[in-house]
This record gives sequence, C-alpha cells and structure tokens, in this order.
Amino acid sequence: MKFSQSFKLALKSIMSSKIRSLLTMLGIIIGVAAVIIIVGLGNGMQKYMQKSFFDLGTNTLNVYLSNYNSSKKVTPDDMFTIARENHEYIDGISPTLSLGGTVRIGTEKAEKTQISGTAESYDKMSSLKIVDGRFLKYMDMQSTAKVCVIGSYVNENYFDSNAIGQTIKIDGNPYKVVGVLEMKAKNQERGEDNKIYIPYTTAMKVSYQSDVSSYVVSVKDSDKVDTAKNILSTKLTNLYGSKDKFNILSMAEMLDSMNQMINVMVAILASIAAISLFVGGIGIMNIMLVSVSERTREIGIRKALGATNGNILTQFVIEAGTTSAMGGLLGIGLGYGLSKVGTIVINAVLKQEIIIAPSSNAVLISFGISFAIGVIFGYLPARKAAKLNPIDALRYE
Amino acid sequence: MALIEFRDIYKIYQMGDTEVRAIDGINMKIEAGEFVAIVGQSGSGKSTCMNIIGCLDVPTKGQYFLDGTDVSELNDNQLAKIRNKTLGFIFQQYNLLQKINVKENVELALMYAGISRAERDKKASAVLEKVDLLDKINSFPKQLSGGQQQRVSIARALAGSPSVILADEPTGALDSKTGKDVLRLLQKLHKEGNTIVLITHDNGIAVKADRVIRLADGKVVFDGPSSDPNAVVIANYDIDEEDDE
Repeated sequence: MKFSQSFKLALKSIMSSKIRSLLTMLGIIIGVAAVIIIVGLGNGMQKYMQKSFFDLGTNTLNVYLSNYNSSKKVTPDDMFTIARENHEYIDGISPTLSLGGTVRIGTEKAEKTQISGTAESYDKMSSLKIVDGRFLKYMDMQSTAKVCVIGSYVNENYFDSNAIGQTIKIDGNPYKVVGVLEMKAKNQERGEDNKIYIPYTTAMKVSYQSDVSSYVVSVKDSDKVDTAKNILSTKLTNLYGSKDKFNILSMAEMLDSMNQMINVMVAILASIAAISLFVGGIGIMNIMLVSVSERTREIGIRKALGATNGNILTQFVIEAGTTSAMGGLLGIGLGYGLSKVGTIVINAVLKQEIIIAPSSNAVLISFGISFAIGVIFGYLPARKAAKLNPIDALRYE
Repeated sequence: MALIEFRDIYKIYQMGDTEVRAIDGINMKIEAGEFVAIVGQSGSGKSTCMNIIGCLDVPTKGQYFLDGTDVSELNDNQLAKIRNKTLGFIFQQYNLLQKINVKENVELALMYAGISRAERDKKASAVLEKVDLLDKINSFPKQLSGGQQQRVSIARALAGSPSVILADEPTGALDSKTGKDVLRLLQKLHKEGNTIVLITHDNGIAVKADRVIRLADGKVVFDGPSSDPNAVVIANYDIDEEDDE
C-alpha cells in the first residue's frame, strides 16, 4: 500500500470524528501557539531594545570610575582633558549624576521626575532637541548656576507649556527653567520626557560630591568605538595606576548582553511551552489507543484481506502523525492570530511599540516537533494494532 | 497436487489443566474447482478448521499445504501475503468497512497487493458487475441491504482472483430468500471454475455444495458427495452433551 493511500485513509479517519480529532489536537495546538508567541515576543523585545539603544546612540561609551578607596582620583577635568587630547575619536564627554532630591513645582510634588546632572555637551550626545529656550551652557557649569532644562512632560504637566523663566524647587533650592526639550517618548510620566537636567557642577555641589563616577562619552563614528574605548582604557590605567578602578561599557556591548538575557529567557519560556507539546503527544497516544480498540474488527478485516503488520503499523502511525501535524498547523494559525492581538494589547496597555513577530524558524521547528511527537506517541498504539491476532480481531465485538 | 491438503492437523488449546482438542487429527484434500461444504455443530471444530484453511491461524501439529506451500511453516508477513493472493473471505457479518464506499471496500485486497489504481478500478467494476451491484459502486455499506452487503463482500472476495473462496456461514445473517440468492451466486461462481469452501452448521445449506465434509469433536466423521444420504445424518449427537464453544 502506498503512502498517499495511507495518508488519504488517515485524513478520512480524522475527518469522520471532527470533534474528537480537534480535542486530540488541542494540546499540540496550544503548545505550538505558545512556542510561537513566546519566541515572537522575544523577537519583539529584542527589536524594541535595539531601537531604544539606537535612540541613545550606538556610538556611545559609558565610563564608570571608582575613586573611592583609591589614592589617585580622576576628576571631571581629567576626563575633559582626555577627550580634548583625543578629539579625532571622541566627540564629547559628559558626567552624568543622578540626583535623588525632592522636586516641587509650585505647590505640587513631582515624585517621578528624574534629575540628572550633565555637561553642556550632553544634548548633542544624546540627541536631545531644544524646542524653547536653550540647553545648559559652559558658563552654567563654571558658575554652578541653579538653572535647569526640562522634558516636555514636565513642561506640559506642571507649567501648561509655559515653563521658561519659571522656577522649580529641588530640595528647597530654586532652579530657573531655561530650556524645554522636544517630546521624545510619548510624554509619559515614566520616561524620557519626565526629566530635569541641571549643570553637573551644581549637582555635585548640592549633593556634596567631590567627583563624578559616571560619564557618557560620544565617539565620532561607530567604527571608532573600539579604538576610543582602548584609548580611554589606557589613559585611565595610567591615571589610576591600575586596571581595576574603572569600567567602560559600549552601548553595543550592553545591547549584546541584553539580547543574551532575552534569548535565555525566551529559551526557558519556550521550553515550558514545549511541555504542553509533550502533553499533547500523550493525548494523541491516549486517543489512538482508544481508536485501536474501537477499530479492532477493522484491523481484523484488513489483516484477513492481506494487510501485513507493517501495513497496519504504517496506517496508524501516519494517522497519528497527520493528526498532530494538523494540530501543528492550527497552532501556527492560532499563534499568528494571538501574536497580532497581543501586539495590539501590549501597545494599548504599555504604550510601547513592542511587536510580537513570530519567526519562521520557530514556526518550522514547532511544526516539525509536533509532527514528530505524533509519530513517536502514535507508534505504541500502532504497534498494538499491528500485533493484533487476526482471528481475535475479527471476532471482536 | 491438491489445492488444499491437511496432513494430520491438530489444534490443541490449553485451558487451565484441561486440554481442548479443537481439531483432533484431520486429514483431507480439496482439489481445485471443487465446491465443498464443511459442516458441523457448534464446537465441532469447523471454525478452527476454517481459520487454518484461511491462514488466520496455524495448527499446533501437522502440515497444511495450500497450493503446494506448507503454510504451517510461514511467518506473519508470509501468511498475510497468502491471505492476500490465494484466499478470498466471505464472512457471516459481511465485515465491510463502514467508512469507505463499496468500491474502496472491494479494492482493499488489491490495494494491499500493490496493484495500480487503474487496474483496481477495472477489477472492482468487473467483480461488482458479476454480483450485479455495479450501480452501487459509490454507495456506502450502511446504505445497502444485508443481501447487497453480502454480495459486496463476495465481490471483494473475488477481486483478487484468489485460488480459494472461503465462505463462513455466508447466509447466517440473511433471511431465507436472500440466503438462497447468495447460495445461487456461489454455485454460479463455482460453475465458472472457482474453488469454494463453505463453512456452515446448516445441513440444508451444506447439501447445496457438491461435497460435504462433516466434522464432530474435531474429527472428520463424513466425507463424500452431498448426494450421499449419509451426508446429512447427524452423527454421534448426544442431547446431554453440552457445546463448549
């Protein structure tokens, strides 16, 4: 008997009891859909992270210094000197200080607003755009001026878009608003737009810090990131007399490690989802065993007419394989459908553009696995059918 | 050489401590072209005899030659091949597969024989014409009457042009009129040259064959032409004895 005939027979048998077949496939359907959605979500998250990182600039290095417990200290001026001396590689440098003070605007307390101390070059390095007023200036750094530049959320939410010239109180100290930034991330409370930038010197002064531990370095060209990193590393090693006192991270490296983390997470989640494929396989085995005993007489007739054990085995294995393959196809359809719905829901709820993008690899692999599971779990019932004694099978009621 | 030959065939079942001899030393020969009825009461061993002739079962002891081959020596796959090529079965309950249509039922044995689609179609039409059911070729078994279903199963038995047609109580599930039609059909097939072995408990049916082999307690108690007056005598029948089938 040919494969195509066995296949036709299998389809006929599956179609003759649709509800049962569907229930049999359910485990496989859910398993495949889950794997596809999870892998798709992982892809979406990676793309989202990439986009966010590109927004920050891939030609950026983050430098972390630990002056604490060190005989030599590296000051912002040292860092500016390094940058000046290597201007063919380094475009700009800015200390970054996070300040934890209480922000009061008028009578309101802005609890989620972040305060950042930066140099005057920070706007270009982080592609911030001024829509009103100006960014921080060199003079502000020199005079430790109490001025600030605010994100668009702060401007709209607390000042009715009329912030220039007004005052913000940070830990009781009044800061004059000199500039407003362009909206960057949909004007959300938790995000890039709810920020206040003040001169890093002012930030150091009000927080009683004599040096800065975190710097952002912008490199001229993304090809020169590695060279710039080496230069910084050499210079800092010379200054400290040690390699252990600083850490330089490029955005590309951070992206890589983020991606690795996402991949591990996706792998773990997908394995969990794959358990339901396994459970689905057991479901198929169960129904096939029932089917074999229901069709004992049919098996007897076929054997009387000359079907070999191999014919019967093939017939049932193909039937199980076809059932699970169909389940796999339905699962792929469901996975794609839910990915679309999930994308819409995520965008609506989180207001982030994460697109659940099923990968063709995940689709092919989960389909292949589901088919294989049907064949593997169908083998036992099929063998039971094949080994039936023709006389007993014929007499079976 | 005879088409079917039993040489000292025994089929012994061990039921706990007791030994049941379903067939207790049978010797017989059936030549090609014969129409033989194997008749006997329930428990006489005729079903076991049929299973052995049909290569569905193998004897415990003895040799069975079918068309010159010693069947007792064959493995499962070889038996399947013999059933496919050499034997055609007609069952009391028709045993048609309900989910496939008449044509596909008739073609089953041909399919297992690996015969091409075109050839199968031709054969199926030919045998269905022979049993006068060509118009039902695309019907499903449950749309047919009992008599029609039995004729489909006869067509199925004929499809592979087997050496032996083995009919197990072919009229058992039919009313007497359709039963007669089926018997007439078997006689016609015999006249066309087919070898037919009919298994029945019914003397009235057995005498429609040319030769009667009567079994009782696993032994041959009569073997001769159906015209012989002894053919229909119930031999060795004791009313106090219980059937054990």
